[in-house]
Amino acid sequence: MDIQNQYLLEMIDIDKTFPGVHALDRAQLRLRPGTIHSLMGENGAGKSTLMKCLFGIYKKDSGIVRIEGKEVNFTSPKHALDSGVAMVHQELNQVLHRNVMENVWLGRLPLKKYGLVDSKLMYKETQKVFNELEIHISPTAIIGTLSVSQRQMVEIAKAVSYGAKIMVLDEPTSSLTEKEVEHLFRIIRKLTMQGVGIIYISHRIDEILRISDDITVMRDGQWITTKPATELDNNELIRLMVNRDLTHRFPEKTNKPSGVMMSVSNLSGKYEPTFHDVSFTLRKGEVLGIAGLVGSRRTELLNTIFGVFTKESGEIKVNGEEINNSSPVVAIRNGFALITEERRATGLFPLMNIYFNTIIANIDRYGKLLLSKKKISNDTRKSIDNLKVKTPTAKTAIRSLSGGNQQKVIIGRWLLTSPEILLLDEPTRGIDVGAKFEIYQLIINLANDGKGIIMVSSEMPELLGICDRILVMSNGRLAGIVERGKDFGGIQGEQEHILKLAGTYI
Amino acid sequence: MEKSKKIGEFLLNYALYILLGAILVTVSIIRPNFIALNNILNIMKQASTKGILALGCAGIIVLGGTDLSIGRTLGLAAAITASLVQSVNYASRYYMNMTEQLPLIVPLLAAIAICVLISSINGFGVSKLHMHAFIITLGTQLIAYGANCIYIESQPSGSAQALSTFDRNFLDKAAGNLIIGTVRIPYVIIYFALLAILMWVIWNKTKLGKNMFAVGGNTEAAAVSGVNVTKTIMFVYILAGILYGIASFLEAARIQSVGANTGINYELDAISACVIGGVSFSGGVGTIQGVVIGAIILQAINYSLYFLGVNAYLQYIIRGLIIVLAVAIDVRKYLVKR
Repeated sequence: MDIQNQYLLEMIDIDKTFPGVHALDRAQLRLRPGTIHSLMGENGAGKSTLMKCLFGIYKKDSGIVRIEGKEVNFTSPKHALDSGVAMVHQELNQVLHRNVMENVWLGRLPLKKYGLVDSKLMYKETQKVFNELEIHISPTAIIGTLSVSQRQMVEIAKAVSYGAKIMVLDEPTSSLTEKEVEHLFRIIRKLTMQGVGIIYISHRIDEILRISDDITVMRDGQWITTKPATELDNNELIRLMVNRDLTHRFPEKTNKPSGVMMSVSNLSGKYEPTFHDVSFTLRKGEVLGIAGLVGSRRTELLNTIFGVFTKESGEIKVNGEEINNSSPVVAIRNGFALITEERRATGLFPLMNIYFNTIIANIDRYGKLLLSKKKISNDTRKSIDNLKVKTPTAKTAIRSLSGGNQQKVIIGRWLLTSPEILLLDEPTRGIDVGAKFEIYQLIINLANDGKGIIMVSSEMPELLGICDRILVMSNGRLAGIVERGKDFGGIQGEQEHILKLAGTYI
Repeated sequence: MEKSKKIGEFLLNYALYILLGAILVTVSIIRPNFIALNNILNIMKQASTKGILALGCAGIIVLGGTDLSIGRTLGLAAAITASLVQSVNYASRYYMNMTEQLPLIVPLLAAIAICVLISSINGFGVSKLHMHAFIITLGTQLIAYGANCIYIESQPSGSAQALSTFDRNFLDKAAGNLIIGTVRIPYVIIYFALLAILMWVIWNKTKLGKNMFAVGGNTEAAAVSGVNVTKTIMFVYILAGILYGIASFLEAARIQSVGANTGINYELDAISACVIGGVSFSGGVGTIQGVVIGAIILQAINYSLYFLGVNAYLQYIIRGLIIVLAVAIDVRKYLVKR
């Protein structure tokens, strides 16, 4: 094979800038045919952005993409699909009201005479792909009625059905159990035998070391290195990803949990999909982590405690007194704060400035009829200073800040309401490494001040890095609580136990 | 508990049909002579033109949009139709040098062309310029109205009177009846039925239909699956334009006199028929059966109130309440409780 065609795919010096973020800074990727190439990096390192540039969802600012030595420039996903590139997207892009087979064949529905869609053929072909991949889902089931992991498998089957020579899997295992992950690996290996090149994005390092041929590490939108998986190990990968030693990745844990401040007993949500019969306690000055797969109802739990979702039964006691958070307004009055998972969808007012975004949860405090501009700017100024928000002025629209600074503004917003209990849902998602450290430090400081903190996270290292105890959810139920530094023989043992617990009820 | 849930679900799913049944039963109890074939045919006939409009705008609503330009577009297209079908014996006809009746296909195609033109502008605004359908159609309805007034005003006679005195053949074909024994079935009902079947096939059996639901239900998913979103949106708008054109042609024959105010507020009936028929304003959901039933329910309500001799202003209030009720029930189906 001559040197020109050694690679199935080459992405060279890819650059992409969004308002306020240099998402890709001369990123590189070289994929060999018939191999699994993992793309690694922390949240916000630019992995998904790079793949979206490949797939024609984003338009790259500059750089070259070559497939089998030929330069390509996809302007739409259709273009990419037609050229033999398929992708399983991180966010499940599905039309919920329609059935499985229509979703699988969307964009290339088979036709019979007179331009009518051939439903029979569609059914047969879907069934064929599912049989081949040993997926047991009816092609006529409505997508919205399936579980998250079933939907995930449908997406994988869809990507396989394109018969592409390059397949991108962006976090395909985030909602799969260990057994389903094995199933996926069998599928992927089969594809590589047929010469397909796989780009695999995941956060699970052990998974990646097991399955990959090559590994490319990215950090802050830049290419760091590409090496055969056999030359890398756990620690080396983490060091490459975060560019600092594991010991300095998290601030020193100085908080000392004391007496119980909140107890939750037999709490269940009302409307499915939800969680059932969850009991736990939260101590003053404690950071309580919540682990679990996507779809394990961690977000539902936080939202129900905060009164966004309706509770069916169970009780919540704060300092021995029963409280009923029937709505967020009541929850705020009871000293709760919630930092939501989807910052863009449920946290930010993107077009509004920092003043607005800082005071909006606390607006009653700034005057009865007319709001006091002076009080507002004082509080905003204090919030910006305390949290070290990097922004030109307080009048800047929040959407032009980086993810980390946006998150700091939102945390500042909630601190103004003087909460006692903070509920944080994936607080470091989409934030660069440096800012992550600052957020961790902030969480520890809040715990030092005697606040109680509950933190949902999908990133195992950060749960193990700053939590005192970790509660594990599995399919809507509490699977167990891991007390740090006890019984499990160190971090490695704790991690394995958490992963096992996460699959308990599936 | 389980059982009552099921009954609740049943009521929710069939609320429309129950509503239709309740209206008809109530009116027939008050006035037993209501249940006559004639009345039913009358309701169907009146439902037909607006039903065809509803078939067109239903697709636009499935895409998550709306169409405020329907009424004025129909007015313009009906005026053009009218000018082309005036009897050549009529002294103050629009086209003086028209000495022979045109084949009916000419005014029909003219009506369709003008409606497709306006609809394409709407579609372009939505798909390419990323405008909200509400705004672009708010603009085009004014444009259509202005164009209609100018067109009617430029009569050779110099007057701005409504266009009337149509060719007999046109009236027979567009507003006539199919006579079977003693029963006279208005052609327009048959046209409506045929178009509804055609639209059902398009919605359920063609790529365009499936893509329409995909774009309306989750634009992002459609785009990453390789659906040409722009093309799909344009198709749906053009299809709507064709249906509006046919409706304009039929409406000109029904009212027999087309003026500047023809078509005013028709969009409200078309949109109401869609939402009563369960086409969700949040996009991605709706059926042709629903739209047809919605159009009939709307007309059945109008007709019943008229039949009972209810005060005209009170009729508006009752119609408004029924629409609100129907939609309030319908949205519960798609409400995600949490």
